[in-house]
Amino acid sequence: MKRDLLLFIAFSLLIMVAPQFFEGGYLMNVLVFVGINTMLAIALNLLLGYAGQISLGHAGFFGLGAYLSGVLTTTYSLNPWVAMPVAAITVGFLAGLIGFPILKLKGHYLAMATLGLGIIIYIVFNETVELTGGPSGLSAIPNLQLAGIIFDSDVKNYYLIWGMALAVMLFSINLANSRVGRALRAVHDSEIAAQVLGVNARLLKVQIFALSAVISSLAGSLYAHTMTFISPTSFGFNFSIELLTMVVIGGLGSIYGSFLGAALLTLLPEFLRGANDYDIIIYGGLLVVMVMFMPGGLVRGIPALFRKVVEKVGTGHA
Amino acid sequence: MQFDQILQYTLSGLSTGAIYALIGIGFSIIYNATGIINFAQGEFVMLGGLLTLSCLELLKLPLWAAIPCAIVVSAAVGILFERLAIRPLRQPTPINLVIITIGGSILIRGLAMLLWGKDTHAIPPFSGDEPIAIGGATILPQHLWILAITLIIIIINKVYFYHTISGKAMRACSYNRRAAGLVGIDVRRMVLFSFIISSAMGAVAGIIVAPLTMTAYDVGVMLGLKGFCAAIIGGMSSGMSTVIGGLLLGVLESLGAGLISSGYKDAIAFIILLLILFIRPQGLFGKADSERV
Repeated sequence: MKRDLLLFIAFSLLIMVAPQFFEGGYLMNVLVFVGINTMLAIALNLLLGYAGQISLGHAGFFGLGAYLSGVLTTTYSLNPWVAMPVAAITVGFLAGLIGFPILKLKGHYLAMATLGLGIIIYIVFNETVELTGGPSGLSAIPNLQLAGIIFDSDVKNYYLIWGMALAVMLFSINLANSRVGRALRAVHDSEIAAQVLGVNARLLKVQIFALSAVISSLAGSLYAHTMTFISPTSFGFNFSIELLTMVVIGGLGSIYGSFLGAALLTLLPEFLRGANDYDIIIYGGLLVVMVMFMPGGLVRGIPALFRKVVEKVGTGHA
Repeated sequence: MQFDQILQYTLSGLSTGAIYALIGIGFSIIYNATGIINFAQGEFVMLGGLLTLSCLELLKLPLWAAIPCAIVVSAAVGILFERLAIRPLRQPTPINLVIITIGGSILIRGLAMLLWGKDTHAIPPFSGDEPIAIGGATILPQHLWILAITLIIIIINKVYFYHTISGKAMRACSYNRRAAGLVGIDVRRMVLFSFIISSAMGAVAGIIVAPLTMTAYDVGVMLGLKGFCAAIIGGMSSGMSTVIGGLLLGVLESLGAGLISSGYKDAIAFIILLLILFIRPQGLFGKADSERV
């Protein structure tokens, strides 16, 4: 427990000093997105890595958060700080409602159902033109403001987003180490065994699904207020797959793994400019390779690889 | 005016429904033999159409030769997919299988984008495009081709599964893989077979629909998902109930698009999918099945 806390403090410090090295550069902007994607990856990881329930529709919850915030602050001129929790609560409530029937499904069926849900949400974004602006998007979403500071630059947004992302991280680490976290892992391994031990598996799955949706919605609101422009293409099926890739690459059931996956997948396209249409091929390839050769993700795969190399070298000298 | 319109929507719905049925049967065959939902199923539909195009334009083959050529190449991709992605998997948990078939489908789609570009391509109809009047509605010869070819494939399927040794072995695998293995059936070969058959069927669906709707590297996603809806409605059977599921879906979608709103056309299929999964996960015609632990 103490070790976890130290690790988290070290990580937070690293995140807080990072801007000193990238200040003013274009990379700052990318690092803001790493923060948003880290929140999303952690949200999905709580569901997939801990509770063992797949979702291919998380881009939908992310989008709902963004659109609710966007519409409430532009059309209804609500304060962004009010719109954000309103969006999160609404999305959480909706996820809880749909969670009961959807989480009765397992494995492939759950994957297909959540995928369908994500696509329905995406279609609604596109079709409710009067409300969302349809395919041409929603613009002029206000920036967040706090004590006279307007979050309108990359550096300010960096601290805003990462402040939230670190809070989500700390919360998730605590959750994973708590009684709830252990119950989730029990559900992951065997739902029936968990129920025999007195875990209300059905309710727990719905709760974690709703929690995951709430975190995604918060990330969506932050995204809307930092970008000030949103359009449906950011919340489609491809983005759900991208999130899945982040979680799998980083490592299922590891919070820092989600950060690693999010960072890698957000930074990768920046280094692969020119190949911008082909990044989707790289995601596909990464997914296949990771599941086949490193099912534990980078957080477990790299140390294992390292140990193997050390062993090889060790025996080679002896 | 209403009746003619409804007839028109129903007729065109039936032909798209037949396509969904073929894709859905492809899903079911693999699912029954292996317990895997192959998320890459739609990509074979795309491959069928685009490979036919290449056979026609690059190899200058006549249509009757281009089609089998495309089917064979698609089936070969199906074999590769099973060999390279599914068989070597060390931990074949459902989630890993979902992820790997999704990864595979993205990879196939991406490679198709590299090979054929992002444009939509047209394939000439099999026998002209002179409309045929039926009642107050008109259909194209291609619609008839779709219905006829689907019917033939369903019959071949039936004969294969019920009257050949390998088809019966495949059914045995779907009932119980271990028991099938114990009586000497090579289960792994049957798995490979199921991938060959369903990728070939997907390709056929992609070929016969391409003259109507055009084709592009990304048509597989939606068609694949709709095919899955059909299979779910049919309770993952590889027989008539999935066919009915596909036709039902096609007609409902076409009527919904025509009478309600075309923007929500795709949403209709997914709402049906969710409703079926919530209310009758065993399919419209299936009996409830209790799960063993």
